[in-house]
Amino acid sequence: MQKILLYISFVSFLFISAQGTAIASIGEPESKEKHEEQEEKEGFNPGVFIFEHIQDGYGWHVFTFKGHHYSVPLPVILYSKNQGLVVFWSSKLGHGHSYKNFKIAHDGSHKNKIIQINSRGEFLERPFDISITKNVVAIWFSSILLIWIFVSVAKTYSRREGLAPKGLQSLLEPLVLFIRDDIAKNSIGEHSYEKYTPFLLTIFFFILLNNLLGLVPILPGGANVTGNITVTMALALATFITTNVTGNKNYWKHLFNPPGVPWWLKLPVPLIPFIELIGVIIKPFVLMIRLFANISAGHIIVLGFFSLIFIFGNMDPKLGYAVSPVSIAFTIFMTMLELLVAFIQAYVFTILSAIYFGMASEPDH
Amino acid sequence: MELIKPDIGLLIWMLFSFGIVVYVLTKFAWKPILGAIKNRERSIQKSLEAAKNAKEEMAKIEFGNERITQLAKMEKETLLKEAKELKNKIIEEAKEAAKLEAKKIVEEARKSVQHEKNLVVNEIKNQIATLSIDIAEKIIKQNLADESKQKRLIDDLVKDIDLN
Repeated sequence: MQKILLYISFVSFLFISAQGTAIASIGEPESKEKHEEQEEKEGFNPGVFIFEHIQDGYGWHVFTFKGHHYSVPLPVILYSKNQGLVVFWSSKLGHGHSYKNFKIAHDGSHKNKIIQINSRGEFLERPFDISITKNVVAIWFSSILLIWIFVSVAKTYSRREGLAPKGLQSLLEPLVLFIRDDIAKNSIGEHSYEKYTPFLLTIFFFILLNNLLGLVPILPGGANVTGNITVTMALALATFITTNVTGNKNYWKHLFNPPGVPWWLKLPVPLIPFIELIGVIIKPFVLMIRLFANISAGHIIVLGFFSLIFIFGNMDPKLGYAVSPVSIAFTIFMTMLELLVAFIQAYVFTILSAIYFGMASEPDH
Repeated sequence: MELIKPDIGLLIWMLFSFGIVVYVLTKFAWKPILGAIKNRERSIQKSLEAAKNAKEEMAKIEFGNERITQLAKMEKETLLKEAKELKNKIIEEAKEAAKLEAKKIVEEARKSVQHEKNLVVNEIKNQIATLSIDIAEKIIKQNLADESKQKRLIDDLVKDIDLN
């Protein structure tokens, strides 16, 4: 066990340190390269280092070896008014190069996004961008993994009918039962929990798997999927849509005409319905922020600890070596904590979704 | 700021992918898994109920067995009692019969003794008569040796004889 931990910390240390020096120069225009080099010499910028790591990217940087950045190129898909649909590999945009009048902005309101420029290199517009980014690939990878795991488990169920669970099946069954009994049945109620259980199971395992993959520092993992606001927005949107589409008469009545509230709070100024409506929006909004903030914060802290090595290393290499054991110890501790957070956040997102579904499907009494 | 700025492209891909995941997992994973779990729970419930019923049945049967044993015991006891009574009765009757028989035998014996006695007495009587006659004869013979006396006796006898 200890050996494994040591190995993991060593590998992650190597990996992240390599990435740290690499990312600092990616996506910078050539004119800035000199300044960038100067900056690198001057010191290591932990802010840039951390944010480059937890953000989405057009390519998937793997490692840097002797000054060469090795990254997996991913397809860039753009649609602009004057050029129509443009598809190319992200490697074409490396090191601040522009390709077909597109380049990655290094500052401004579209920082680190692809923008269209005119012949003089001035900003023209932000094209409609549906590139297969690092996060999209990570989502696909985790989705395929999730489908593969659970479809094979489902097959085990039909193959071993009437037998005790075995292997992966017995690992996942307690979780499935936990979601079904302790989350769905408890929060929604006996009357309609079965309708929502598949959604809750999907959302729980999707978040959990992506949280865990986010902790893996090597290639298929490492993307900050559940710490990305767009992803959590989509998940919250799914809960929001499901809640309001399946909401029954009783739910809408409680929204617009809550019983037991004095009439003057509803007429002529519909104060309570207004507050209730804000609540409808706030609920998924909070889901979105909570997951995003928790996962991102964990990653930022871990990366922060690693940054310490380079901050001290820039002062004096010996100091860097001295700090690294402490940094690694803290990082291991944080990773353990994040492992816990991965479960807790998946659980919280699921149980809150279940509670909202329970409100939407509560029968009139 | 870019950290909290949603990206439309990623949102589209995410919604698209997540929708597919929800659909595929619901159809090919959750439905079969939840169905299998439910079936198993149902069969466990059934088995438990069956076990409970069997236990109750067993208890019933055991109770019945006990009752049967008890009944058999009671039956045995009554039978033994009756047999005892019968035995006593038979012994009593046998005793009675033996007594009666003994009485009869004794009676008969007495009767036969009486009869024998009578016979003996008669014999003795006859013997005595014969002896008496003999004695009388001898006496008479002696008395008749005297002539006069003979004559008289003959006379007496002749007198007594009625000659008609």
